[in-house]
Amino acid sequence: MRFIVCVKQVPDTTEVKIDPETNTLIREGVPSILNPFDQFALEEAIKIKQEGDEIIVISMGPPQAKKALLKCLALGADKAILLSDRIFAGADTWATSYTLTRCIKKIGDFNIIFCGLQAIDGDTAQVGPEIAAQLGIPQITYCESVEKLEGKKLTAKVQTDDGYKIVETRLPILITGITPSSFEPTNPPMMSIMKANKKPFSTWDANELGGSKDNYGLNGSLTEVIKVYSPPARQQGVVIDEETAETAVQKLIDLLSKDKVI
Amino acid sequence: MINVDKEKCTGCELCEKACPFGAITIVEKIAVIGDECTLCGACVDQCNVGAITIQRKKIEDIDLSRYQDIWIVAEIKDDKVRNVSFELLGKAKELADELKQKVCVLLLGDNVKKFAQDFSNRGANRIYIAEHEALKDYYTETYSSVVTGIISKYKPNIVLYPATINGRDLAPRVAATLELGLTADCTGLSIHDGLLLQTRPAFGGNIMADIICPATRPQMATVRPNVMEMASIQDSNNAEIIDIPVNIDLQGVKVKTKEVISETASECGIPVCEADTIVSGGRGVGSKENFKLIEDLAKVLNAAVGASRAAVDLGWIPKSQQVGQSGTTVSPKIYIACGISGTIQHLVGMKSSDIIIAINKDPEATIFNVANYGIVGDLCEVVPLLTKALKKKLCED
Ligand SMILES: Cc1cc2nc3c(=O)[nH]c(=O)nc-3n(C[C@H](O)[C@H](O)[C@H](O)COP(=O)(O)OP(=O)(O)OC[C@H]3O[C@@H](n4cnc5c(N)ncnc54)[C@H](O)[C@@H]3O)c2cc1C
Ligand SMILES: Nc1ncnc2c1ncn2[C@@H]1O[C@H](COP(=O)(O)O)[C@@H](O)[C@H]1O
Repeated sequence: MRFIVCVKQVPDTTEVKIDPETNTLIREGVPSILNPFDQFALEEAIKIKQEGDEIIVISMGPPQAKKALLKCLALGADKAILLSDRIFAGADTWATSYTLTRCIKKIGDFNIIFCGLQAIDGDTAQVGPEIAAQLGIPQITYCESVEKLEGKKLTAKVQTDDGYKIVETRLPILITGITPSSFEPTNPPMMSIMKANKKPFSTWDANELGGSKDNYGLNGSLTEVIKVYSPPARQQGVVIDEETAETAVQKLIDLLSKDKVI
Repeated sequence: MINVDKEKCTGCELCEKACPFGAITIVEKIAVIGDECTLCGACVDQCNVGAITIQRKKIEDIDLSRYQDIWIVAEIKDDKVRNVSFELLGKAKELADELKQKVCVLLLGDNVKKFAQDFSNRGANRIYIAEHEALKDYYTETYSSVVTGIISKYKPNIVLYPATINGRDLAPRVAATLELGLTADCTGLSIHDGLLLQTRPAFGGNIMADIICPATRPQMATVRPNVMEMASIQDSNNAEIIDIPVNIDLQGVKVKTKEVISETASECGIPVCEADTIVSGGRGVGSKENFKLIEDLAKVLNAAVGASRAAVDLGWIPKSQQVGQSGTTVSPKIYIACGISGTIQHLVGMKSSDIIIAINKDPEATIFNVANYGIVGDLCEVVPLLTKALKKKLCED
């Protein structure tokens, strides 16, 4: 079997600071990391992988995104492909999914495609279903885990609004989601990092992918960001730090009534 | 344009079964596409031999003015219209007034015609109804092909979907099939130079982006629940009803539901995604037993019980109640965070709540930076007192 995992390198949004003077984002010094949700997806692929199966990780991004792919190789992926070309820049979800779909078609055979729940910079969760639609294969979104894989039959646990459901499908399938029970992304050991450098790694540009140049990057994007700004800062709140819990609660109730919250 | 390659077609009838609009017949072992075809693409997905292709128009050729009206895709759950549908309708009416176009509702499901009244009462001008017993449950394949087909046929200017689990599964599928732009999880919508201006948070909620979709129609967005005002009930009640006959065969559905496990119903009452008041507990609650304190407070306020990821991971509360980046994004009127530190992954899921109240024993906890009201103290003491005080207060009023 062949599993393809789509991974993205993202700025570590937990490290983002806001400039208190201008109320704008300080981007300097924010490290780039492998999107944690994509790591979870990769780990799921590794979990169900059996002898003879192959995991290919693909990423569209600038040359530096190689680092994220190397981490994937160290974690257990077998091959990596970086899609890098100046004309890929500025892609919205449609252009991104177009590019990734071209890559998947060029790879050829596959059984399962994994995407992360969402990329933590954009938070759109659209790229996965858009790839599935372009490939004309079914999708499972908000998948919590793959329960079973027997031959071409896959059983998965899927999140719902008020619980979960168990679904069954035949391959090929595109799966997005995967939220593991242990939530701290692990780092691969030193030995695996060294080995990762020896695993197959290719970089493809637009020529390699073929297709129409008009569909890539900014040109291919159907949506256009016209303005980016800081959200209005929340009003400074009242913090009640009283001697006893009784007086604190009383004070809160008084404030809530005064402000007509209750 | 849809084409059947006569050389490749084997007359296997899969496409005929897959077509929700009954547009395909097999004549002398070749699929023939009839006038009912809406170019939804369901047959293309089903065809094993790649005999059917759809050539969609290039963007430049489209006459944008042919696309009219503001549509919302309603969501029905457990035989009830979800509030988010009325919120979308409220927003759609505003946009429609400004553009001088109509507000339309797309109602999909089994036995859903009875809900048309609810939308008509709240000011919808036209209601498209696609009823079929096979649409009772949401399946990506059936819903996306029906919605894709109806949109291609009726050419709306704007389509809004709820940013719920189903909406976020459906909208990108439709968008990619029709080669349309799509903006996820909007918190603001307005009209700017005749275009839909879509506002959404990004970067862990640290920035806002305004997005337009200049060249493709319809303009589409998913919209976060609990952010827009619901359309109010009016006197008017004369929406035009348009029945769209569909014909669906669940045989073709490739992802089948085997079992549904609803956790909230038994354990926590209201799902967080629906609630306008939420009381959440984090690691600071200390134990599963202590979560009773949170539940008691929630009961008094008729609120949903929410949680941080830490509380979910510890098994104190089901995953469906988790608020945050990998859980549900909520924006209730009141959010009470008890024993939650306020990491960015939690904040991104609740920062847009109207009023945030935090209870934490650490005066330095980041949750206090976003809280309108905070109490520094031990929640085991504070929460029961608050429950008691609120009960008394609410009885008095
Ligand atoms: C990719 C990714 C996605 C994630 N998604 C989410 C998500 O969707 N939602 C989410 O919540 N988290 C998410 N997390 C986890 C997140 O980073 C934090 O680990 C989690 O939110 C912490 O939960 P907490 O605030 O309950 O626990 P802690 O950070 O441990 O905070 C507990 C708080 O309780 C206070 N406290 C302790 N005892 C008491 C007491 N007796 N009385 C009052 N206060 C007390 C402490 O002072 C402390 O502030 C995600 C992490 C990753 C990496
Ligand atoms: N540039 C990219 N390269 C590879 N995979 C991507 C890229 N952008 C998004 N993805 C995949 O799509 C998922 C959803 O991303 P998004 O729609 O941006 O939230 C991610 O978790 C990745 O698996």
